[in-house]
Amino acid sequence: MRSEAPAIRAEGLGKAYRIGQGPRATTLAERLVDAVRHPFGRGDGERFWALRDAAFEIPRGQAVGIIGRNGAGKSTLLKLLSRITTPTAGWAELRGRVGSLIEVGTGFHPELTGRENVFLNGAILGMRRHEVARRFDEIVEFAGISRFLDTPVKRYSSGMYMRLAFAVAAHLDAEILVVDEVLAVGDQEFQRKCLGKMGEVADTGRTVLFVSHSLHAISTLTSRTLVLDQGRIVFDGATADGLAFYRALQVAGAESPHAYAASSDRTGIHVRSARLVTSISDGVQRCGDPFSIEFELVIPEPVPQLCFSVHVADESERAINHFWIYGDGPEFRNTTGCFKVRIDVPKFRLVLGRYSLEVWLNNRATHQVFDRLINICPFEVTMDGLVRPDYDWRPEHMTYMEDYTWSIARE
Amino acid sequence: MTVAPVVRIDAGRASPLRAVREIWHFRDLFLALGTRDLRLRYRQTFLGIAWVVLQPLAAAGIFAFVFGRIARVPTDGQPYVLFALAALIGWNFFSSVLTRASTSLVQNPQLVTRVYFPRLILPLAVIPAALVDLAVTVAAFAVIAFAQGHAPDARLIGFPVAVIMLGVLAAGAGFAAAALAVRYRDVQYLLPVAIQLALYASPVAYSSSAVPARWLAFYYANPLAAPLELMRWSLLGTPAPSLGALWFSVGAAVLLLIIGAAIFRGIERSFADEI
Repeated sequence: MRSEAPAIRAEGLGKAYRIGQGPRATTLAERLVDAVRHPFGRGDGERFWALRDAAFEIPRGQAVGIIGRNGAGKSTLLKLLSRITTPTAGWAELRGRVGSLIEVGTGFHPELTGRENVFLNGAILGMRRHEVARRFDEIVEFAGISRFLDTPVKRYSSGMYMRLAFAVAAHLDAEILVVDEVLAVGDQEFQRKCLGKMGEVADTGRTVLFVSHSLHAISTLTSRTLVLDQGRIVFDGATADGLAFYRALQVAGAESPHAYAASSDRTGIHVRSARLVTSISDGVQRCGDPFSIEFELVIPEPVPQLCFSVHVADESERAINHFWIYGDGPEFRNTTGCFKVRIDVPKFRLVLGRYSLEVWLNNRATHQVFDRLINICPFEVTMDGLVRPDYDWRPEHMTYMEDYTWSIARE
Repeated sequence: MTVAPVVRIDAGRASPLRAVREIWHFRDLFLALGTRDLRLRYRQTFLGIAWVVLQPLAAAGIFAFVFGRIARVPTDGQPYVLFALAALIGWNFFSSVLTRASTSLVQNPQLVTRVYFPRLILPLAVIPAALVDLAVTVAAFAVIAFAQGHAPDARLIGFPVAVIMLGVLAAGAGFAAAALAVRYRDVQYLLPVAIQLALYASPVAYSSSAVPARWLAFYYANPLAAPLELMRWSLLGTPAPSLGALWFSVGAAVLLLIIGAAIFRGIERSFADEI
C-alpha cells in the first residue's frame, strides 16, 4: 500500500451556522409562521462560519496540536473530523479508524456498575465487544478501580469516575485519535498519567489530533501545531513557533479587554457575561485590595448538579485560584432563569503579573460541560505603594502574598 | 497489513447500502444500549417485572368493565379479559417501541453531540427491551389462558409473524417520530394523542367482527388491524383476518419503514446542531 498517503487530508473544509432572527423554529406553529412570512425559502439572511476553508494534510503517526481562543473553531474542527456534525463546504478524508474523545465518560450511566459501563462506553466509542473484553484487565488496571468493579458508578468519587472513563478511551484501538481537552479534569497525578498515556499513543505511530488550552501539554505532546482564529487556520507549523504565534495573537486581539460577553445567538446553558471589578483602574488590580468578579448566567433548563467554577490563571494558563459553587448552595441549582453571580475576594493576594479567568459551567454528576471559557477578562496585578516600595517586585518572587507578622525574641 | 478504510467527510449523504453496512458494523452498540435499558428496568427486580405485567392487566381490567360489562361488546365467544389481553400484548409492544423510539434522540443529547455512530442505532436499540417485556406479558397471558382451559395449538405460528409486523410498523413510525422530535418539540405532545386514537381505531378492546361489513375495507386500511387480529387468532383461535388485509399490512409496514428511515436520514445530518 502507499505509505505516503496522509492519515488526514482536508480541503476547503467549512461549517456555517445560521444566525439572526433569534433561534430557529422549534415547534410546528413557529415553522408555519415562518413559512407564511418567508414563502420563498427560509429567511435565513446571515450565516456564521464557525470554520472556513480549512486545508491541511497530516501524515500518519504525527501528533498535531490545535490551539486558538474561544470560538476560534477548534471544537468545530474536531466535531467535523469525528463526524459528529457535517460540513457545509469542502471535504476531508480520514485513512484509518477514527476514535474521538470529545468528552470522556460519554454515555456512562450512574445506575450501572463499573464493569457494565466499561462495555457500554467501549461500544459507544466504536469498539467491538470482544475488543473490550480482550483489553478489559488492562483498562481496569489503568483506572485502578478493580475493587469497585461491581459497584454502580453513582457511588464512585469524581476522580474514580474520570479515571475509569479515561481508561476506556485510552485503550481504544484507533489509528487516528481526536482528543478534546479530556485532560482538563482530574487531579494532577491523574493528569500526568493521562499525558503519559497520550505520549505513548503518539509514539506507537498513531495519528493524534489534540485540542487543549494547556500550552504545556501541547508542547510536550506535539511537534506540529495549528493555530485557529475566527474560524480560519492562521498558523500551521512547528509547535514552538505555533505557541509564540498564539501568544502574540492573544496580546494583539484583545477587543473588549477586561470583560466578556457571549455572542447574542448563543443558546443553551451558558455564561452571558463576565466583568471584573478591579481596585485601581479598569483591568488593573493592586495586590491586597478587594477584588470582585460579576457574571450573568443563563440557565434555560434545570440541572440538579449544576456546578459553576472560576479559575484565575497565570500567563502560562496555570490555575492559581479556584472559586466554585455547586450542590445545594446556589440559587440557580435545579431551576431556570438568568442569574447574576458575584464573587467577592476581600483581600486579593496575587503577586504582580498578568492573569486571566477560566470559567466552567458543568454538570457534576455527568461531567457534561455546558460552557467553558478560557483566557477571558485579562487583567494585571500591580504592587505599587505596597511595603518596601524601594524593592523591585518581580512575578517570580512568589505566587501570592499572605498576611503575616514576625515575632522575634532574643534568648 | 490490512489496508486502512478511508472515510470521506463532505456535505453529501451516504448511500443507503453503506448506511446499512455501518449499522451492522455498530451492532455491538445496538446490543449494549439494548442491555443497558433492560438492566436499568429490571434492576429493581421484582417491581420491574411486576409493572410490565400489571400494566396490560390493568388495561384489560378497565376494558373488561367498560366494554365487556357496560357496552357488552361481542368477544367471539371468549372471556372478555382473555380476549382483550390477547391483543393488548401486541398493542403494548407496538406502542412501547414507538413511544420509546420517539424520545431516543432527544433523551440522549450527550451521545448525539459528543460521539459518532449511526444514529438509527438509538431508535433501534429500544427493541430488545420491548421484546423482553413482550415475553414477560406472554408468560403472564399463558398462565391465565391455561387456567381458563386453553391450550396452544398450531395457530401459534401466527404469533411471531404478528410480532414482526407490529415491530416493523413501530420502527418505521418511530424513526420518523424520533427525527421530527429533534426539530419540533410538538411531537412529544402529538404522539400520545395519536397513539390513543390508534388504540380505539384498532381491534383491541373489541373485535373487528363488530365492525359493519361495508366499513371493513376502510377499517383494514389501518395497518395495525390485521396483525392484531392475527395475534388474537394465534393465541385464542378467534376469526383470522383475511389474507388480503394481511398482505396490505405487510406492504404498509415495509413502506412505512422506508419512509421513516428516509425522513430520519434527511434530518440526521443536523441532529448535533439542533438537539
